[in-house]
This record gives sequence, C-alpha cells and structure tokens, in this order.
Amino acid sequence: MTPIFKLQSVTVQFGRLQALSACTFQVGAGERLALVGANGSGKSTLLRTLQGFVQPVAGHIQRDASARTAMLFQRPYLLRASVQNNVALGLWLNGTPWQPAKAQALQALERVGLADLAGRNARALSGGQQQRVALARAWALKPQVLLLDEPTSSLDPTAKREVERLMAEFSEAGMTLIFSSHNLGQVKRLASRVMYLEHGHLLADLPTDAFFNGPLPLAAETFLKGELA
Amino acid sequence: MNTFSDSAVTAFSLITSLDPLLASIVLRSLAVSAVACAIACSAGLLLGAWLGVARFKGRGVVLALLNTALALPSVVVGLVVYLLLSRSGPLGFLSWLFSFKAMVLAQSVLVLPVVMALVRQTIEDADRSHGEQFESLGARRFMRSLILLWDERYALLTVLIAAFGRAISEVGAVMVVGGNIEGFTRVMTTAIALETSKGDLPLALALGILLLGVVLLLNLLIALVRRWREQLDDPLQQADSALQPGRAAPGGVS
Repeated sequence: MTPIFKLQSVTVQFGRLQALSACTFQVGAGERLALVGANGSGKSTLLRTLQGFVQPVAGHIQRDASARTAMLFQRPYLLRASVQNNVALGLWLNGTPWQPAKAQALQALERVGLADLAGRNARALSGGQQQRVALARAWALKPQVLLLDEPTSSLDPTAKREVERLMAEFSEAGMTLIFSSHNLGQVKRLASRVMYLEHGHLLADLPTDAFFNGPLPLAAETFLKGELA
Repeated sequence: MNTFSDSAVTAFSLITSLDPLLASIVLRSLAVSAVACAIACSAGLLLGAWLGVARFKGRGVVLALLNTALALPSVVVGLVVYLLLSRSGPLGFLSWLFSFKAMVLAQSVLVLPVVMALVRQTIEDADRSHGEQFESLGARRFMRSLILLWDERYALLTVLIAAFGRAISEVGAVMVVGGNIEGFTRVMTTAIALETSKGDLPLALALGILLLGVVLLLNLLIALVRRWREQLDDPLQQADSALQPGRAAPGGVS
C-alpha cells in the first residue's frame, strides 16, 4: 500500500537554526501517530512540513496526492462570524457554493455536538468549544489525514476529553491522525505509534506499547521519566 | 471683554443661528473629505491588504516609500497635484484645477498612503498570527488577505475614521489646488486661514470650533467602535448578557 507520507532525510532550517535534521520515516493510512518531545524539539515544524507550510532545505517528501490533509492548531483562529459561517468558509474555499456549504457546515457541527450553537458568534465560545468548531471545520473538508498541533494543550480536562473522543471517532472512521502532544496519557490513549524528537532529531519511532514499555534511547528515556514523574 | 471672548460669543451665535455661509463651508468640507476618503479607502484597503500578504522582490523598498509617504506634507501633495492638473500638466485636459474634483483628488492622494500603510500593518500582523490556519483551509494568498480584511473590519473602521480626520483637517493641498474660491472651493481649513489673515476672527473661530467638533465626533466614533468590538469578542460579557433574565442562552460558555 502507498504510504501517505514518505520522508527521506528531510532537513528543515530557519536561518542558522536546524529545526529538523535528516528525518526519515513513513506514515501509512489509518495510523495514529503521536509526536512527543520537549518544546523546541521540532514537533510543530514537522507537522507544518507535512502540511506543506515549510519547505525542507534537504531531503525529499513524497505525498500521496489523493490524500487530502487538514490541520488543527493549538489555538484555533475563528473569524468574527457565526459558528456555522466559520465552518462553511472552509468548504466554500474548496469550491462548494455558499448555501450548500452552510448546510454541510451544520452537519459537521452536529458531528461535534455543536449544532445548537450554529448561530452564535464564534469568538464568544469557550476554548474547548472553539477547538471543536475547528475540528468540525477540518472534518467538513473530508480529509484523509488530520494533523493536530497540541490540540488540547490549552483546554480544561472536560474539553480535553471531548476533543480526544472526537479524535478517536475520526480515527475509527479511517482518518489518519498525526498529532503532537505533551500529555503522555493522551498519547497512550490515542496513538498507535510514537515518535520522539529532540533538537530536530528523530530519536525514537516505535509502536505505543514498545515506546512506553520497551528500551529507549537514553534521551527519550530521560524525557519519559521526567514527564511521568 | 477681550478680543477672544468677543470672537467666541459671535462665533457661537454664528453656529447656533446656522449662518448660511458657515453652513455651506462646513458642508463642502465634509463632502470633499468624505468623497476623497471613499476613493482612497476603496483603493487603500485592497492595496494595503495585498501588500500585507504579498512577498516579492523589492517589497522592502515599497514599504519604505509607503512609510515615507505617511509624512508627506499636504502642501507638497497640493503642489504635485497642481502640476498634474495645470494646463501644461499630463492631466491638464481634465480642466479640474481650482474645482471640487481637484480638492478631492489632492485629499485622496494625501490619505491613500495612510490607509494603505495602516491596513498593510494590520493585515500583515493578522496573517503572521493566523494566515496558516486559512492556508490549511485552502485559502490562497490574496483570498487570505480578503478574509483577514473582512475579519479585521472593526480595526479597519478605526483606520477609515482616522483617514477622514487627516483629510478634513489638512489645509495645504486644498489651498493650492482649490484656490479657496468663495462659494466653490472654500473649505473649513482654508477659510480659517483666510479669515484669520483678514481679521474676521469670529468666523474663523466658529469654523475652528466646528472643525474641532468634527474631530471630537470622530474620536468618539473610534471609542464607540472599539467598545462595541470588545463587547462582541469578549466571551465573559456575552455570557453575562446571555444570563440576563428574559434572554435565552442557546449554549453555555464553559
């Protein structure tokens, strides 16, 4: 089966800072890949590179052209408009006429349990509700791959659980998830595979069980102990 | 009583009696500046938004020139527009010199860089913070700038009001290209300059008071827009208003 992403020695540089160093891996359809590592380890850069926002200075990325990707950010930005219009915008930008886009947006909002807030000003929602609107906006585009950059890091436990539940449901429906997280509990619950990054280097790439139970490179082991302490 | 208090009393009586000469000058001033702002803002919003997201060789030079244009003395703008519109100038065939249209053109040129520069900065900041989110939804560069332009509409309303303030309070450009002709091109600022030099202080003072009144009104509008915007965006205030008796809250703010 063709991998969705195949990276070969991908290096990303911002000025003199090497944000990713010769990363090589591939991601298959339906995987739930978690990226872990300290701040500045390159998790967000890797996600932005996969989305195409950042171009590598060396190496090669092969993408499955048929796989549509969508990205979710730590702090979603919603327009000063109704919740429904915020979701409809993504569809409209992808070629759906405005009225059908609004109807589909409502369906997407039902999917994340926010249909009753469709007419509300999106900026007046809580952080958790805004993240669910962003999930609906991404889900409405019917992506095969969802990239999530610390999607729950600024949310309270209830909102966190709600977003995790939606991520799990999307995954069960066949969507490939690639997400970064500092929450190892969340990684255990959601991921099928974990990558550990440090200073832009990919130091571990293991199935979730092996990552939490098996031997790890010293740096990853130290990180894990620190996070679980 | 001294000259100032005498003039002030006469000025207030001119205002309260809606003196026809005073009213015609004020209305002409408002009309010139409103049309000039409408023209400058139509172009400035789009050009500024595009410049906010566009990346091209020489962009730094364009931005430096634009920022320099912010400090353009109005009399220099008047001079350039005068040369363009004069009989031997490239736009001389229009025969606009010393007319309402010439003053509109001069004020448009004066205000355009202000609108462009402020819009450019607003859109560039917004794009830096959230541009990738719209890009991930499929918005290309110019579409992104239009979306951000719409989303920043309250901030940009302040820019438009500030631009109007700049236009209505300038004197040099309209004096040079309008000629301060009574009944045709005399506006508040040029009339103040003329009446002061003639010693007709009450009329000059009445116009000055009205000009200050317009600027004060603009400032109040800016403050109101800002407050309205904050109320729209503040979830806590929304929650408070939703919890008021008699108002249904369709969903909780957790």
